[in-house]
Amino acid sequence: MIGTVTPASKVAEGVPAVVSSRFGVPDGHTLAGYTSSGSYKGYEALRQVLEMSPAQVSSVVKDATVLGRGGAGFPAGVKWGFCPPGVWPRYIVVNGDESEPGTYKDRLLMERDPHQLIEGCLIAAYAIGAAQVFLYVRGEMPHAQERIAAALNEAYAAGLIGKNILGTDFSVDIVLHWGAGAYIVGEETALIESLEGNRGMPRLKPPFFPAAKGLYMAPTIVNNVETLANLPWLFNHSVEQYRSVGTEASPGTRLIALSGHVNNPGIFEVPQGTTTFRDLFESEIYGNGIRTGHELKMFIPGGASAPWFFPEQIDLPLEGRLIGGQGSMLGSGAVVVMDETTDAVRAALRLVRFFARESCGKCTPCREGTTWEEKILQRILDGHGRPSDIDLLLDVADNISPGPYPVAADPSNDLEAIPFPPRQTTICPLGPSSVAPITSAIRRFRHEFEAKIVQRDLISVSSEPFAEVPAQSSLSHEAAGHV
Amino acid sequence: MKQRAMSEKPRKIEITDPVTITVDGREVTAQNGELLIDACERNDAYIPRFCYHPRMNPVGMCRMCLVEVDTGRGPALQPSCMIPVAAEMVVDTKNEQVSKAQDGILEFLLANHPLDCPVCDKGGECPLQDQTMAYGPGESRWVEEKRHYEKPIAISETVYLDRERCILCDRCTRFAKDVAGDPLIHFIDRGSNTEIATFPDEPFSSYFSGNTVQICPVGALTAKPYRFRARPWDLEEVESTCTGCSVGCRITVQSSRNQVLRFQGVDSDPVNWSWLCDKGRFGFEAINSEERLAEPLMLSSDGTLIPARWAEALNAAADAIRAADPTSVAVIGGAQLTNESQYAWAKFAKGIIGTDHVDAQLGDGLAAEVVLGLPGATIDQVCAPGSTVLYMGPDPKEELSVLYIRLKHAAQEDGVQIIELSPAASGLSPYASSSLHYRPADLPKLVEALLAGELPDQGLPGIDAAEFTKASQALLAAEQNLHVVIGRANLAESADCVAVAASAVHQAVPGATFLSALRRANLRGALEAGLTPGMLPGRSSLAEHGQAWKELWGSVPSTAGMDTTQILQAAAASKVDVLILLGADPLADFADRSLARRGVAGARTVISLDRFLTASTRQADIVFPVAGFAECEGTHTNLEGRVTRLNQKVTPPGTARTDWMIAAELAALLGKDLGVERDAHELWDELTAHSAVHSGVSSAALDHPDAADGLLLDLGPSPFVTPVAPHVAPQSSYSLRLIVNRTLYDQGTEIHHCDSSSALAPTASVRLSPADAAPLGAEDGTQVTVSSPHGSITAALIVDSGVPKGSAVLRHNLEGADPGLLIDSADVVCEIRVEVS
Repeated sequence: MIGTVTPASKVAEGVPAVVSSRFGVPDGHTLAGYTSSGSYKGYEALRQVLEMSPAQVSSVVKDATVLGRGGAGFPAGVKWGFCPPGVWPRYIVVNGDESEPGTYKDRLLMERDPHQLIEGCLIAAYAIGAAQVFLYVRGEMPHAQERIAAALNEAYAAGLIGKNILGTDFSVDIVLHWGAGAYIVGEETALIESLEGNRGMPRLKPPFFPAAKGLYMAPTIVNNVETLANLPWLFNHSVEQYRSVGTEASPGTRLIALSGHVNNPGIFEVPQGTTTFRDLFESEIYGNGIRTGHELKMFIPGGASAPWFFPEQIDLPLEGRLIGGQGSMLGSGAVVVMDETTDAVRAALRLVRFFARESCGKCTPCREGTTWEEKILQRILDGHGRPSDIDLLLDVADNISPGPYPVAADPSNDLEAIPFPPRQTTICPLGPSSVAPITSAIRRFRHEFEAKIVQRDLISVSSEPFAEVPAQSSLSHEAAGHV
Repeated sequence: MKQRAMSEKPRKIEITDPVTITVDGREVTAQNGELLIDACERNDAYIPRFCYHPRMNPVGMCRMCLVEVDTGRGPALQPSCMIPVAAEMVVDTKNEQVSKAQDGILEFLLANHPLDCPVCDKGGECPLQDQTMAYGPGESRWVEEKRHYEKPIAISETVYLDRERCILCDRCTRFAKDVAGDPLIHFIDRGSNTEIATFPDEPFSSYFSGNTVQICPVGALTAKPYRFRARPWDLEEVESTCTGCSVGCRITVQSSRNQVLRFQGVDSDPVNWSWLCDKGRFGFEAINSEERLAEPLMLSSDGTLIPARWAEALNAAADAIRAADPTSVAVIGGAQLTNESQYAWAKFAKGIIGTDHVDAQLGDGLAAEVVLGLPGATIDQVCAPGSTVLYMGPDPKEELSVLYIRLKHAAQEDGVQIIELSPAASGLSPYASSSLHYRPADLPKLVEALLAGELPDQGLPGIDAAEFTKASQALLAAEQNLHVVIGRANLAESADCVAVAASAVHQAVPGATFLSALRRANLRGALEAGLTPGMLPGRSSLAEHGQAWKELWGSVPSTAGMDTTQILQAAAASKVDVLILLGADPLADFADRSLARRGVAGARTVISLDRFLTASTRQADIVFPVAGFAECEGTHTNLEGRVTRLNQKVTPPGTARTDWMIAAELAALLGKDLGVERDAHELWDELTAHSAVHSGVSSAALDHPDAADGLLLDLGPSPFVTPVAPHVAPQSSYSLRLIVNRTLYDQGTEIHHCDSSSALAPTASVRLSPADAAPLGAEDGTQVTVSSPHGSITAALIVDSGVPKGSAVLRHNLEGADPGLLIDSADVVCEIRVEVS
């Protein structure tokens, strides 16, 4: 998307535009724009923060309960406190490798309001005592990279970054790093590996919790772009004002990337915890209804990794813990709506294929399992499915994510929700994420799978599970199938 | 023996911080912080694995070692190779969840595996095969097309990669990067398309590439010298010690039908940790060479060597020795022999013939009193955490490759500080905490200055003041933990330079211990056995302890004899009647080429004991074919002074005999008795009974099960005479000083007869610093002429920033240019000039 198109984020009445106030401002990305427009005056928060002690800054963030916006929803202030005391240097790493299918909020934050992010970085660096910040921006976002680079240059020139910021003892460098295009690098330890110049592959936690052993084995705080973008507004206002929106557990607003079969897809800043999916889909200022003439079939509440929700869950509020208990996650705030024209099997394949292609190849179950899932789904769609394939899919999935997988309740079949998160045989959650569309689709739309298998299964007259339509090169398949 | 071979058992540890954990319902004791996978295995709960290797950092990649671990927060599947043991941990390695997960992993690994076991080298010793038998479902549910790749591709001259078989465990890549320091292979692409690859146009040209074949848990990596040569179940094996250099890596010798087919590294904790260099690993090819000498040869009347009967050759040799005055008989070589053969030849030469002109070194080592006299250090001591190493030896990557691996590990993983003093950058330099490159012959001055803590006022050529201060402070701070590695970093420089420097450290830091890094395999054994002038076995000096050995042997020489340089000088002056070469090839190995030629030509009768026809053997009058490695029993002493057993696996070619037998036969023909009737054990028993140094390494002690990694000789110091600093004449019109060092692959006899390695030797070149190359207007590839007062040679130039200004580097024994033509062994340094040809 080109920067001249300006999808101004709409905010409901009475809701502050915490992070999106400059989305519609043509020069909001410049230093002049940042200091003269939006819901607060740019770099005022920094001035205030520099008069506070780092501990005070941290406690404000902790008191406000600024939840991480990258996916896990962990409170940023608490995370900052995980740095082992007295260990230096420390680093702030900004995770701008937004690449979850359906998510595009950080891109706008970086393209439209890079100074807001930079100011957030400076506040965080001051709070934890970091002298260096690494801004890792996804490889496929050249516009965001350019905007951030330009903003960094402006801020350096204005004495807002670098040595003795605003005449104080506080000095920080911000390094912009361009990713090379790998979804997995959105995982914080893989991002750190990539930043160190290695192949982006996750590290095992423990022992490599970034706060203790992160970048170059030093204490490292990895924060999402949106998380940090919340800070300038917070310090220009107050903890009370921040907490006045949303709920006790999930205060503040969230950027939601709404896509799919709604009349008005886009980015919306909504109050956390009080807005429901119904509000999001139907309100005129948000989705403005499911595609006219169609009805909701299912939706993904938090990006491609999240288990699916169905019409029964439409009245759930956008609140992380609640959604987790209902079998999915709010994740990175990407809501994908699918109406009744969507083929559940095809949708599952689309999502699984993404994970199969983006698997870094480190852990066996993810490397081999996601591809296997993709191949089975493709085979079913191609008309070569076997009746045993549904159970096979579920069992392959179980070998990536053992035990009951999170899934939404199904009142019509009297099935309860299985809460998030899934268990995993892998280091990071990428492999288990591929299981979400499979279990979600099979649990609710098993008949669609069965229909595709029966439909083309013309020769399969036997009830033997393995006597089915031979695949095109069946000989080699059969030969290869036996150990 | 077979259990030790190829084993990847957890390292032996002493439990100093015990914690109690529960494994499968049993309470067991483990070391706090050790890896769970090791703790479980040590307590009889083996956990299957592919990527974990006890000598490499874990990555938790294959996921086969998932077990259920409860640390108080409820049981969860965790990779046991990444989890440090902590008190109260409850582990289940076998329950239903664990089995399901492990079975699932195995099915995933086999999904794309080609299952071409019948034609795979690894079949029969394959961890994937074994674990498939022990775990996992009997049948695969995978019905899709498998991954296909070109089978196999060569990733180096010796290693082939079959990407279809690869299970992407990161063992080879981790080894290359972390252990060898040659990160030339890596993963490319993603997901199930991930594969191992080299960089474009850059082969996996590591000196250690063969290790990746050994540790590959499937048949993805295979080695050219072994491919399709045998099935594992047809191999017989014995454990032995590699004699490719003096490190003394423990190996298994594997053979089939009386032919050695493979060496594999054995995890010897004090030495090689299961790693081998490729020269050692693939060196077995020389054993099977068609060119091995299989019968004695004698010079015929037309000047050619023709086959002879043993009796004929032995009689001729005995006649020559008998006819000669004892002091005109000289023996050069013997460093490749077993300890027993060395003792036999020391006794034969010194006790029976009566000559002390015996030298196992070819002017490329250090005086025996330096090697034996300084207090000794083991590799483990040098590499122990907290150690400071003053490294004054040759490039370890080129000459003592597995010692390099140990030093690199010590520096990188255990925080050992290495202060490297060398004439030019080496393979060790990147890991040294400071690296000073001195001008040839300046080492004594540099060490003196380092110990004094300040540079001389005028400085030292090429020594940076800041780097000097750093090195000096580290050296002076070391005191109790200082370990000094000494050797010959420059063959064109007098050995006295290193000896003086070592002596200065010995005097300044009395607690410092020394490791002599001399390349020849059993040189330490030869010196301990008395194959050196002025000494008798067990570090006895001829002058002081002659009487004791005279009582045993009947006689000993009356005065100290000559070293190799002096022997060759005497021979050149026709003062040597019989020159015996014990596996020595002075024409190729002695640094001063002219003297070697004149010496070998000047000796009246040359008797050679060798496995091959070498340049020197071709000049001999009588040639005895000898049994080599894996063809005879015996013991070996590595550079530390560690004695290990060498075991016979195959019979020698033709009628070749072991070296000690030839000494015994000749003694008998001279009417004397060498004191050996049946086998080499008698020689060892005689030596260990009479040498205090050897008293702890008797046959019985070596056969004790705890002595599998060998036993150390007494390493305590012996009397040590401080050498005199050599005088260096001021710089002449020759503006540069010559550095001659070795590469792993050269034209040496051994490597020359290894089909797969012989082509790896580079051609000769001259290396100059950019500062010295620029004024010549020369660049890489320019033909330059190097001249010294003694000769000149021409070779291609390589501009190398690792060479300091004022020096030039040439490699020993490569095709194309012979630095030996420039050297006069009488000079302390070799001064040269370089001009564009």
